[in-house]
Amino acid sequence: MEKQWEEMSSDEKQEALFARWMSPKDPQGNDLKFQSPQAEKAYKERITRTKDAIQMMKLPDRVPVFLMPSFFPVYNAGFTPQEAMYDYEKCCTAFKKLVADFAPDVQPGAVMPGPGKAYEILDYKLYSWPGHGVSPEQSYQANEGEYMKADEYDALIDDPSNFFSSTYLPRVFGALEGFQMLPYLPGILEAYGVAFNFIPFGLPPVQATYKALFEAGAEALIWAGAIGGCNMEMKAAGFPDLWAGYSKAPFDVIGDTLRGTRGVMLDMYRQPDKLIKAMERLTPIMIKMGVGVAKMNGQPIVFMPLHKGADGFMSDEQFKKFYWPTFREVMMGLIAEGVVPNPAAEGKWTTRLEIMKDLPKGKVLWMLDQSDIAQAKQTIGKVGCMFGNVPSALLALGTPQDVKDYVKKCIDVAGKGGGYIVCNGAFFDHAKAENVKAMVDFAKEYGVYK
Amino acid sequence: MAENLVNALADLKEQEAIEIVKKRLNANEDPLKILGDARKGMEIVGNRFASSEYFIPDLVYSGEILKTVTELVKPKLTTTGENKKLGKIVFGTVAGDIHDIGKDIVVFMLDVNGFEVYDLGIDVPVQKFVDKIKETGAPIVGLSGFLTLAFDSMKQTVDAIKTAGLRDKVKVMIGGGQITEDVKTYTGADAYGKDAMAGVTLAKKWAGVG
Repeated sequence: MEKQWEEMSSDEKQEALFARWMSPKDPQGNDLKFQSPQAEKAYKERITRTKDAIQMMKLPDRVPVFLMPSFFPVYNAGFTPQEAMYDYEKCCTAFKKLVADFAPDVQPGAVMPGPGKAYEILDYKLYSWPGHGVSPEQSYQANEGEYMKADEYDALIDDPSNFFSSTYLPRVFGALEGFQMLPYLPGILEAYGVAFNFIPFGLPPVQATYKALFEAGAEALIWAGAIGGCNMEMKAAGFPDLWAGYSKAPFDVIGDTLRGTRGVMLDMYRQPDKLIKAMERLTPIMIKMGVGVAKMNGQPIVFMPLHKGADGFMSDEQFKKFYWPTFREVMMGLIAEGVVPNPAAEGKWTTRLEIMKDLPKGKVLWMLDQSDIAQAKQTIGKVGCMFGNVPSALLALGTPQDVKDYVKKCIDVAGKGGGYIVCNGAFFDHAKAENVKAMVDFAKEYGVYK
Repeated sequence: MAENLVNALADLKEQEAIEIVKKRLNANEDPLKILGDARKGMEIVGNRFASSEYFIPDLVYSGEILKTVTELVKPKLTTTGENKKLGKIVFGTVAGDIHDIGKDIVVFMLDVNGFEVYDLGIDVPVQKFVDKIKETGAPIVGLSGFLTLAFDSMKQTVDAIKTAGLRDKVKVMIGGGQITEDVKTYTGADAYGKDAMAGVTLAKKWAGVG
């Protein structure tokens, strides 16, 4: 009899998640029907290659190559970001063209552009997106702000979920202002708590908020149908997508979207204890988030975009005190449940490498942008697989030969003994198609392990 | 006393700095002198950032302390003190890009190093750069950008400066997360800085003081 999840070791859990990734299901829960036996074979080879690179127990047949763009597939297909965010079929066409044009081992799937209309219904303020704050031809960009005030740490620590629903969400979504009036749900304990606690749901602002939620939810479902179908089609054609979902380093949860860069930096001086306590409070939540999506979607790899811990954003001492402990704890929590955390170290993290190498072997998949690849190989690369390092500027402005030379250097330096995957370093919008092609094709040709 | 404020700011001792300023204001000291000391403290902060002793959070925090100090002193100011400036610089994040963290750091470092910086903000239209260069006669222009789309915006900005007949009157530096020598060549800028200090070094060189 198969072992129950709870009885498995973390290694067995990781194997089980890889096995599910290897044998995808259709929406009805049946085995996915591949386009052809060749497509099925290619799909499994791509995942095996990736799995071998990640686990570092066995040399893959060759260095895998990922393609992890931002809006590049959309431009590559001749569409604007606005079209991709509002016309989901166009988004799907773009990503299907991406795998057809470049045939990477793994790509991000078509989820990234997202449903513009849902953002509109919700009056989303955290981002400017095409047609809403940035031009139709541009990708979305984040609007940083103090969506959580300096004196609200106690509220966050006391009850994070309640803080999100009654304070954070109404601030980042104009249409969800009614959430500020919601009752405290644990108050609904006995009959006499019922009537009073349901009063807010009768109030017009709360009802308007629920109406917006229904509409946004309906739109999100339409989007999910289209995008899910597209990802399924790409799988059936032999092309796996990388992520089950995402989680974050607790410092970035606070620094990116709650307090903002300026806010979190001031908190490091003015209220360091509360900042640390809040990050500790968020840690199990970030673990739960990552484990939940991995088990739900049957894929082991969970994206963790890293931001405010990069070189220069704080000293190494501050990194050790504020950024690393809870970031590591989230990763360890994910690893214990068989999940492979995929921290994406955008920008430069070279001075952090010595600190970040303190992880178990074969459990983490790093995305590297401009960190020194040789130093990375000697530190985090000894225990963890890495992908990336091919610069955006090179893909946008270089020649195919420049790209090949760079990829050769990456493979020579980082590919030795496995544990490296060729890929772009940052999520890029603009690039010459011939350069992207050169990156993928040359990796396949030069990266073969003999 | 004077040295204390300089050090309090340089060492990021917020409460201490505020108390010293309050005491000195109560003693009817010249507010311009107090601000001068605060500025000296900020210069030390800048130097420590340049030598990698301080990092971005220290800059942000020192800026916050300076803001509080300035607010305390302001009501007592009768004249605004003219600081000696090394030169004018027009600065901004190029059209289509709304990232400001990197730009703000460079502007801060240029400022504490004695430059008069006209910060045009983010998503700055090409024409706004041209107009500001004309208006101020600034000989140095700094273009910031984080996204790959900024490569084209930077190029368009440099081209517009050229079309306006100003190209030989200004030196243009670019910088940002994905900027390299190739991007510099593509945009037609004079140089790129890989970090804030590189920007200061360039500006000083161009201003003939480096």
